[in-house]
Amino acid sequence: MTTITTREPVDDQAVGAKKSGGFTASAANYIDERTSISGAVKELGRKIFPDHWSFLLGEVALYSFVIILLSGSFLTFFYQASMAEVIYEGSYAPLKGIPMSVAMSSTMDISFDIRGGLLMRQVHHWAALLFVAAIGLHMLRIYFTGAFRKPRELNWVIGFILFILAMAEGFTGYSLPDDLLSGNGLRIIDGLIKGIPVVGTWISFLLFGGEFPGTDIVGRLYSLHILLLPAIIVALIAMHLLFVVVHKHTQYPAAGHTNQNVVGYPVLPVYAAKAGGFFFIVFGVVMLIASLFTINPIWNYGPYDPSPVSAGTQPDWYIGFADGAMRLIPSGWEFVWLDHTYSLNILVVLVVVGLFIVTVMIYPFIEAWITGDKREHHVLDRPRNAPTRTAIGAAGVTFYASLWSAASSDIMATHFHLTMEGVIHTLQVTTLLGPFLAFFIAKRVCLALQKKDREIVLHGYESGRIVRLPGGEFVEVHQPVDEYERWKLVSYNDFKPLMLRPNAQGKIGPAEKVRAGLSRWFFEDRITPVSQTEVNQAHGDHPAEITNK
Amino acid sequence: MTTIKTPRARRPRKAGRRHPLASVALIAIGLLFTGGAYAAFSTGTALATTDASSQQTIAQGEKLFAANCATCHGLSAQGSSEGPSLIGVGAASVDFQVGTGRMPLQMQGPQAQKKPVQFTVEQTAALAAYVASLAPGPAIPAAELLNASGDASAGAELFRINCAMCHNVAGAGGALTEGKFAPAIENVSAQHIYEAMLTGPQNMPVFNDMNISPEDKRDIITYLKYVEDNPSPGGLALGSLGPVAEGLFIWIFGLGAIVALTVWITAKSN
Repeated sequence: MTTITTREPVDDQAVGAKKSGGFTASAANYIDERTSISGAVKELGRKIFPDHWSFLLGEVALYSFVIILLSGSFLTFFYQASMAEVIYEGSYAPLKGIPMSVAMSSTMDISFDIRGGLLMRQVHHWAALLFVAAIGLHMLRIYFTGAFRKPRELNWVIGFILFILAMAEGFTGYSLPDDLLSGNGLRIIDGLIKGIPVVGTWISFLLFGGEFPGTDIVGRLYSLHILLLPAIIVALIAMHLLFVVVHKHTQYPAAGHTNQNVVGYPVLPVYAAKAGGFFFIVFGVVMLIASLFTINPIWNYGPYDPSPVSAGTQPDWYIGFADGAMRLIPSGWEFVWLDHTYSLNILVVLVVVGLFIVTVMIYPFIEAWITGDKREHHVLDRPRNAPTRTAIGAAGVTFYASLWSAASSDIMATHFHLTMEGVIHTLQVTTLLGPFLAFFIAKRVCLALQKKDREIVLHGYESGRIVRLPGGEFVEVHQPVDEYERWKLVSYNDFKPLMLRPNAQGKIGPAEKVRAGLSRWFFEDRITPVSQTEVNQAHGDHPAEITNK
Repeated sequence: MTTIKTPRARRPRKAGRRHPLASVALIAIGLLFTGGAYAAFSTGTALATTDASSQQTIAQGEKLFAANCATCHGLSAQGSSEGPSLIGVGAASVDFQVGTGRMPLQMQGPQAQKKPVQFTVEQTAALAAYVASLAPGPAIPAAELLNASGDASAGAELFRINCAMCHNVAGAGGALTEGKFAPAIENVSAQHIYEAMLTGPQNMPVFNDMNISPEDKRDIITYLKYVEDNPSPGGLALGSLGPVAEGLFIWIFGLGAIVALTVWITAKSN
């Protein structure tokens, strides 16, 4: 009997839904009865996302990746990853009758003889540049707001690996047309690999299937470019997004924003519409750029030939920092030992750039170890409220920017009428000293801004209105800060340097000493947030406040 | 001219010096030699301009030279500590340096820079004729080598192999050491391109006719004119500077536009 009674209302509901909701409701019901997806929709649809422009940068990267996938699929229809030699007989006159690889010739055909091919090539390449740039900006936002802190350290690492993979995708793609520029780029990589002692030559021969350039490399890079790397990237993006859902989104400090809540809009209907629309906006911007501006004109570069190198040969921007690092090494940095030449000009670059990359990747763990902070953080730091971190970031950005700009040393020399040597020497100095200067300046600026915030909380804004009191005293009226603003200004974590404490055996280990030293360096100079007592006191004995009230 | 005549004229004549007609024959042969040499010399220097070799033009060129060039190059173009000797540089060199405004030099520096041309076409031709009259040198190229009717793809290949390492594959220019540079080759006349290859101005190497034949030079000019006349098929070329310009563009304009749009999209909530 009970089974019958339960069945009847279900049927009634289904019929009712059909009548009231029409096709949409019945379709939804059809799907739900077969997939039980309503649970997921209910969960995800009510997911709250806070609204801030900087939270959309990761989305820009995601959308660029989708654009890259779409345009890239189009290109695979026509591109042939073969280094067999053919004579070009396509439409572009200045290359007619020139021998080139099938890879180059098919890329030329995509550019000149396939409808929409050049546009798709340019969409693919511009979107790739935008992809890595958006990742870069996204990472800077995460870093400077402290969004990598517990529980998001692993997501930082995943994101960073995505950044590295994006660069690998970019580089393998850059090498596929087999034009002069890409061949020169591969030659540099070949030289880098061969500069590694003992294994270098072996790795190079393994990679190129013999002596550079061989006839294998384009096919191999193509497999990596369209198969292995995108698969890993898609998997990691899925994990990255899953973590965002699991952790909930961070939010900027503001009135009512706490570690326990997320203030914003739900995915359905608001965020799904916004984000969906935003995808088309990003797509539109990329299409606009790709239809108006040339990128990688392989027809100028011509087919790869080991003898010529063009002036202004550079990698795409994201590899620029490594190229620049090599340009900055003074000439003649090598020595001979046991009849073998050791090229420090290559090894130093590999070690320094490698260390830099690893340090950035594990930074969340380093900071957590130094601060000893094991709490979860869902409210972001304003950069000024973490002066040492912000200063380290500024130093890192300066270091990276110096290396990066060194990759365009020749362009700077010609366009600003400077000498090559002058540009290189200046950048050598900024690479070594710039980070220290940037650290110092950024830290002082942060502390000054914190002091200003403190001043504003305690005494309000200067209004410029001078009032004469009955006793004859002149005072300036201060506009008190409102409660919403005050929330933002006072609610941040205050850290003190760690105390050196003996462990269970009563000993203080060297690691602990290092940690305490770093902690002191981190938090020695700090401005404590304004406490309630201080606020009360300031309001109690400040005549200007009273007159204003 | 007598210095040229006497040794050449005397050498073949050893026997029969005392023949009554000897002096007449000597004078006749001498005149033939000088006249022939002069004719060969003047046709070599002035293929483009017919009257460039006339004594009047040379005299005009000498006056211009004395007034504008002699300070550095010396009164008889023999050179000084300020400027090199111009004896034997030929009309092509003068036409390039003066015709592109590089000479007279505006200031000492890593290399002479292009500036507005200071002399009229006739004055430049006169200067070229004067310098060419001092000693044989590369002449101004014939018009049929400059009409950009050669093989563009052969020219492109030659350009990539011989020129692109300094001038960039699209002729956008590039940096050299110590503040020197290879200039952009856009909007340079075919004649000046040819003369530059022939004479190697500033820091450029000389590509003589043994190295790159006149027909190959014409092919290179054909390619450069093709690039100049046909806009980039992909849209605006961003100076044809390569990945640096592209990277700068995507960061400033691409990402700049995107960030502006993110601000616009999220602005409503405030």
